[in-house]
Amino acid sequence: MTKDTIYNYTLHLADNALILAQRNSEWCGHGPVLEQDIAITNISLDLLGQARSLYQYAATLMNELNATPLPKGAPIANGEGQAGLATEDSLAYLRDVRAYKNCLLVEQPNGDWAQTILRQFFFSTYQFFLYQQLQRSTDATLAAIAEKSLKEVTYHLRWSSEWVIRLGDGTEESANRLLNALDELWMYTGELFIPASYETAAVEAGAGVDVTALKTHWQQRVNEVFAEAMLTDATAGRESTWMQHGGKEGVHSEHLGYILAEMQYMQRVYPGCEW
Amino acid sequence: MSVQELEKIFLSKIDQEIKIEPKDWMPDAYRKTLIRQISQHAHSEIVGMLPEGNWISRAPSLKRKAILLAKVQDEAGHGLYLYSAAETLGTTREQTILDLHSGKAKYSSIFNYPTLTWGDIGAIGWLVDGAAILNQVMLCRTSYGPYARAMVRICKEESFHQRQGFDILMALSKGTAEQRTMCQDAINRWWWPSLMMFGPHDSESTHSEQSTQWKIKRMSNDVLRQKFVDMIAEQVKVLNMSLPDPQLKWNEQTNHYDFGEIDWTEFWNVVKGNGPCNKQRLDARRKAWDEGAWVRDAARAHAAKRKQRQEKQIA
Amino acid sequence: MAIRLTKYYYGDIPEDKGGGQVNDRVMKSSSKEAGSPATGGSGDGADWPLWEVFIRSKQGIDHKHVGSLHAADAQMAIENARDVYTRRMEGVSIWVVESKYVHASNPDEAASFYEPANDKVYRHPTFYDLPDELTHM
Repeated sequence: MTKDTIYNYTLHLADNALILAQRNSEWCGHGPVLEQDIAITNISLDLLGQARSLYQYAATLMNELNATPLPKGAPIANGEGQAGLATEDSLAYLRDVRAYKNCLLVEQPNGDWAQTILRQFFFSTYQFFLYQQLQRSTDATLAAIAEKSLKEVTYHLRWSSEWVIRLGDGTEESANRLLNALDELWMYTGELFIPASYETAAVEAGAGVDVTALKTHWQQRVNEVFAEAMLTDATAGRESTWMQHGGKEGVHSEHLGYILAEMQYMQRVYPGCEW
Repeated sequence: MSVQELEKIFLSKIDQEIKIEPKDWMPDAYRKTLIRQISQHAHSEIVGMLPEGNWISRAPSLKRKAILLAKVQDEAGHGLYLYSAAETLGTTREQTILDLHSGKAKYSSIFNYPTLTWGDIGAIGWLVDGAAILNQVMLCRTSYGPYARAMVRICKEESFHQRQGFDILMALSKGTAEQRTMCQDAINRWWWPSLMMFGPHDSESTHSEQSTQWKIKRMSNDVLRQKFVDMIAEQVKVLNMSLPDPQLKWNEQTNHYDFGEIDWTEFWNVVKGNGPCNKQRLDARRKAWDEGAWVRDAARAHAAKRKQRQEKQIA
Repeated sequence: MAIRLTKYYYGDIPEDKGGGQVNDRVMKSSSKEAGSPATGGSGDGADWPLWEVFIRSKQGIDHKHVGSLHAADAQMAIENARDVYTRRMEGVSIWVVESKYVHASNPDEAASFYEPANDKVYRHPTFYDLPDELTHM
């Protein structure tokens, strides 16, 4: 197994967590009710913590890959820091859109509360089954991160499932808003289960999770929760939906560019500073 | 018992440092003053999330992002504790919030200033939270039980807020020339508004000090402000930065720092809504509230449906 | 010229000192909110119900009242309590009870309720003066 494979695989997991953390954090101070403002921020903090652990690991891998540090000012588009050494921050702040490997789902705008909830529910369900498997990775670090993160994700899944149920079986307006969110987001769910090249390689190496095998679990859980939300028919007939993909290989929606422009602005304007 | 007798019992409790609890008899004015003060305090926490929250998406490192996110989230929690304390006095949270949105209720003016650079996040933590903490530590001993308990919890959680602010500035002060400029600039812009946080001079009052007599407030504005100046004037040396006040000088006689006069015209103008961000802050709060209405309705409707189903099952 | 000035505290600016924010449009929209439940919050036009939160800080310790919060239902109340009151590892178990179901004793009856216990000193072990030779008691 090559370190390169694990590096790319780890970055992909990290990017997913960071971009969704960044999106959810936009709610902080603007939530529909104080208690839920706090709840969504907690989820954002959990995801940010996962992203940091994963970036730190990816940075270690990269620095081992580049046993000879690159000269100062060498290309930073791949996420090396100034001195040629990668850090969690150089990976998060110094890679451009095409180098980001997150799925399209997490970069979609917050929209209204229904859209944020549904995005979280789809992603948490996916992450739940993914991390369950990843706990058994032959890569000890990834297995450990998965084990710790799974506890958090279990809660995210519970919280977001309940909100899907509440909105689906709440008022007419909330049910409609949830259905609108489903129209917006459904086309981004297919990508989760189409492996990128590094995912396939990681599976072959025993370190990664076969995402194609997660699909039935995911679908089943979604159906169960939708049934409880009185939306049994909502996903019916959607099998034929054309699924967007490409994010995991760096071909993103236009949204990611703006997310990175904002997130990376300080590091770009003041390169090489300590904060 | 007559009102006079009840009032006598009430005042004797205050004298003996016995906390007043929600179901105890209290003078209407005491209740009103508390509701006003606690809800202003709560609004300050909630509106205070906005200037800092503004920088969560742009925090310069992942560590700083996590710290800031946790900090702003804490403020939501603090607002919640305080709204709950106000509710023990017979208001509803909704009414309190609507008073904020209509402009009837106030919040601390400091949050009507903009956060322009990352340095401002450090300055807010160090100066604004520093000033707030002095006030809040005093309020841990306030006479109304639920308010005092909320303050104890808040003070415990706030202890990291001022440190993280100083830590941000410390990193800037040790950084590049640009970072040091950013640091000094932030201090310059936040210093005077922080002093204003303590309110007008004691000497401007000819009014009887009801809040002090009732032990809601336990130290005067000027005493607290002086404490703050003495504290910050020393801490700023550690940063190798200066405070933007040519009159700031140690006074051997008083054992305190002398300092210049606050621009009170600016103070009252910001209170009255003419600060740089008054409109923006209130608009953001109203928008969050209005756009959240359907969410609150949905949750309530769902809870009612679920309850009905449960009752049916039992029957 | 006699100017009557009032002392205003941090966090206690009197309502009449406001001005800039109260304009007609705002007042209209806010009174609409208060008056018409459909926008401000609907049904009964009120908040989600208030809940009291009790937390066990570690196994073997009683649940202790820590504060309150709003939630639409019990499940949400428990989750909100987790997010609001255990962010710093304060708890291992949560109880919530809707505030309206808490019944409290009346402070006016404090004298008749609690003072009669004052003279029952013989209920406390320190009341008994026993010989030093006696151990394990």
